[in-house]
Amino acid sequence: MKTGQFIDLLSADVEPVRRGTVGRTLALALVIGGAAALGLMLVTVGLRPDLFEGASSMLLAVKLLFTVSLAGIGSLFLVAASYPGRNARRRLAFTILPFLVIASLGLGATLLAAPMTRHDMVFGPEWLTCLICIPLFAIAPFAALVWALRKAAPTDLRRAGAGAGLVAAALGATAYAFHCPGDSLPFIAIWYGLPIVFWTFLGAILGPRLLRW
Amino acid sequence: MDAKAAERELRALMVEGLDGDAAAYKALLSKLSGHLRAYFRGRLGRMGRSVVEAEDLVQETLIGLHTRRHTYDPSQPFTPWAYAIARYKLLDHLRRTKASIKDLPIEDAEELIAHDDLSEAESAFDLQNLLARISPKMRQAIQYVKLDGLSVSEAAARSGMSESAIKVSVHRGMKALGLLISKGRPT
Repeated sequence: MKTGQFIDLLSADVEPVRRGTVGRTLALALVIGGAAALGLMLVTVGLRPDLFEGASSMLLAVKLLFTVSLAGIGSLFLVAASYPGRNARRRLAFTILPFLVIASLGLGATLLAAPMTRHDMVFGPEWLTCLICIPLFAIAPFAALVWALRKAAPTDLRRAGAGAGLVAAALGATAYAFHCPGDSLPFIAIWYGLPIVFWTFLGAILGPRLLRW
Repeated sequence: MDAKAAERELRALMVEGLDGDAAAYKALLSKLSGHLRAYFRGRLGRMGRSVVEAEDLVQETLIGLHTRRHTYDPSQPFTPWAYAIARYKLLDHLRRTKASIKDLPIEDAEELIAHDDLSEAESAFDLQNLLARISPKMRQAIQYVKLDGLSVSEAAARSGMSESAIKVSVHRGMKALGLLISKGRPT
C-alpha cells in the first residue's frame, strides 16, 4: 500500500478528539481497582474489630501513610508514562522514598526494642496472611490499571508495567491494612514491603506483553 | 527549514487536526511521513535493512500516532511526542525481527524533523487484504467514508445503517486495521 493512500484513509472524516481522557481513565481505574481490593478484603478476611482503638489506630495510620503515599507517587508516574515523550523515569525513582522511610523506622524500632521481643515484633500475628492477601488483593487493581494504560500510549512498557504492579500492590496493601492485626513497625516494613516489591517486578515482566500497541 | 519552524508548523497542524480539521490533519500526516521515512531509512540503512521495512514502519507509526492522538497534550511540544512514538515503533520492530540496537537515544527528538524524504515506496501491507480480515460492517463503513469519500450521512443512506452506527463502525474498523498492521505483519 502506498503511504499517500494510507494517509487518505487515516485523515478522511476525522472526529474532534476529546481532551483529558487519559487522566480520567487512569483515575477511574484507580477508583475501581481500589474499591475491588477493599470489597475483596471485606468478604474474605474482614475488618479488624479493634481497628480504631489505642495503639492499633496509630499503626493503621502508619500503614496507610506508607501504602497511600506509594500509590500516589506511583500514580503520578503512571500519568507521565501514559504520554509519549514525557520524562517519567524520575517520578518512578521517587517511589523509593516511602520504602526508605518505613525501612529505617522498622530498623530503628527493632534496634531499640529489648532483644527478647524482636522475634515477636517481626513475626507478628498473621504475617503469612499478609504475604498472601496483599498480592491477591492487587490482582483486580492491576487489571484495571493495565486496561487504562492500554488506552494510553506507554512507550517504556517495562517501566509502565512495573509502575502498574507497584500501584496495584500499594492499593492491595491499603485494603489489607483495615484487617491487619500486625502492630509493629518492622512488621509493616517487611510484610507490606515484600509483596509490593514482588508485584513491581511481576509488573515489569508482564508489562511488555500486556501493554504492547 | 530549521527545527523550531518545523515544530511550530507541525504543532499548529496537530492542534487543528485534534479539533477535527481533516485538511490540516492530512497535511500533518503527509509532512510527518516524510520525516519518518528519512528517520527510519537512516536508522535501518545503517543496519543494512530494506526500504520496504522503512515504509512499513512509516505506516505503523502513522497509525500509532492516529489511534493514540488523544495522548498528545497541546500544551507540550509536538516533536518529542511524535519522536517517542517513532522510536517506540522502531524498537518494537527491531525486537520483533530479532535485532537489537542500544544507541537509540531518548533525547534526540530533533533528529526526527531534521530530514525529510518524500520518495515514497510501497509498504508490504495490502489494503484490500487487510480489509478482508475485518467484519463486513466495518469494511463497508470504511469503504464508503474513508475510501470513497462519502460523508457520514451519505454512507448511512446508502448502507441503511444509522449515522452513529457508521461512525462507530469506522472507528472500530480503524482500530481493527491498526491492530492488524501492528500485529499481523506479512513477513
